Amino acid sequence: MKEYFHSVNLDKDKCRGCTNCIKRCPTEAIRVRKSKAQIINERCIDCGECIRVCPYHAKTAITDKLDIINNFKFKVALPAPSLYGQFDKKYTRDNILYALKSLGFDYVYEVAKGAEIVSEATRQLLKNPDIKKPMISSACPGVVRLIQVRFPGLIENIVKLESPMEVAAKSAKNELHEKHSIALEDIGVFFISPCAAKVTSVKAPYEKQKSNVDGVISINDIYLKLLSALNNSEKGTNLAEAGIEGINWANSGGESSALGTEKVLAVDGIHNVIKIFDEIEEDRLKDIDFVEALSCTGGCLGGPLTVANAFVARTTQQKHMSEASEKYASDIDNKNYKELVWTSDVEYKPVMKLDQNVSRAIEKLEMLERLYAELPGLDCGACGSPNCRALAEDIVRGIANETDCIFKLRERIRDLAEEMVELGGKMPPVMDKDK
Amino acid sequence: MGTIRLKYDIPANDFITAGEASSNVKNKLTQIGLSSDIIKKAAIAMYEAEINAVIHGNGGYAYVEISDYKVVINIVDFGPGIPDLDLAMQEGYSTAPDNIREMGFGAGMGLPNMKKYADKLEVFTKVGKGTKIIITVNF
Repeated sequence: MKEYFHSVNLDKDKCRGCTNCIKRCPTEAIRVRKSKAQIINERCIDCGECIRVCPYHAKTAITDKLDIINNFKFKVALPAPSLYGQFDKKYTRDNILYALKSLGFDYVYEVAKGAEIVSEATRQLLKNPDIKKPMISSACPGVVRLIQVRFPGLIENIVKLESPMEVAAKSAKNELHEKHSIALEDIGVFFISPCAAKVTSVKAPYEKQKSNVDGVISINDIYLKLLSALNNSEKGTNLAEAGIEGINWANSGGESSALGTEKVLAVDGIHNVIKIFDEIEEDRLKDIDFVEALSCTGGCLGGPLTVANAFVARTTQQKHMSEASEKYASDIDNKNYKELVWTSDVEYKPVMKLDQNVSRAIEKLEMLERLYAELPGLDCGACGSPNCRALAEDIVRGIANETDCIFKLRERIRDLAEEMVELGGKMPPVMDKDK
Repeated sequence: MGTIRLKYDIPANDFITAGEASSNVKNKLTQIGLSSDIIKKAAIAMYEAEINAVIHGNGGYAYVEISDYKVVINIVDFGPGIPDLDLAMQEGYSTAPDNIREMGFGAGMGLPNMKKYADKLEVFTKVGKGTKIIITVNF
């Protein structure tokens, strides 16, 4: 495995080198160089914000194509709860799951069922007085990675539980293996994803060595196929099993509303998440035991690889919830979920620090402050850095020059021109004549 | 050896910008590469002092000096001063008016929290003149 795998990727042919993405990136991970955006790998958290804002659709997500499922004898689809919200309300979940299955899968296992298990496991953890509060949900991989690069003080607050996707993958494999005696190596499970961050969490997991998911297919990629399957195929029965709680995970506030306590806070949109994390880190958030933080506005329904408008999808999702049972199985609450706890911790990635050595870092920060004070403060982005402060930082890091700033360049040219005019007026004494 | 000197305005009764100076200092300490424990101590202690200057002190200034071994945060206001410092250092004691408490401030944890998180806390106050708080956090 490479040190940094990222799902978010650049299509160089489409990129025009504008400044939309650099200005929206929450970790200042993008620069424009030679008219193309460049992603700084160690900083990217795969939130997909740049995919959403790029007017030329040059930011893409690396996902698996549908034919990857043919690498396995027995193919299982794991639809994210947000899949249901993507279609017209006239389709039931049974319809959607049947259409999904008809694309070549042998079995469908709803990730919403995994979500119900994670909800119960979280409820059990909340009762533990020794656990660090407020707990911060680890459901959104973009948020976990944000904490790794920007909020090291909050690493201890992360809920160290496997995600609904991983729980569903493991449950599906075990169920098929035990009940239908299918060899584990013959089973391939594929997550149908609303976002890029989930791809990264499968290909480069932070919480363990290997994911149980064998591939990630984007909702966007198979949307058309699903639509035609919905119109053609039979309607499907008895496929939809997940309960209200699990389906609601697609919404912002869905995960936290299942916890049975009012001491919860749900925040969505990566820039809003940053503000709340600042408050937690400075001990300003009172009386909250659990924080559900989702990178996308509207939660997973607003994922960069979804198709339907997030706000429309929300009402559709409500309809599916009104048709669902309370829980997918009645015995969820009676089990113990110790096996869902991560075996290893996530690590702090100090990508923001200016130097390994504290003294030198201070010197660099001092230089940065001096440079920043001299810059115009327009934050125009024309230099290729997201704002003036970031340019000052890039200069200190040695990846930019002061004259990358067009205003600084213009100043230098004007000074030079003035000097030339002044020099042009001077005559060598031997040639100087009185008028 | 480099030293960074920073100055921030703390506007009176402005709850929109309150906390901006401490967030800003927190980001700079992160860039220096200090451990999260140290950053947290400095950020919380400074935030409490900053908020106190906003609520009680009619605003003022924050002067921050970061050197190789420590950060020294100096918060100066020209407010009413603290008549009984011993009382103000007690947890839960607050003189914040009701409208401030309704906003979620004024729990009487300001000075106690500063004391808890700072490695060294110095308070100079004079009734009618103002208050100066010096917070030192060692690296």
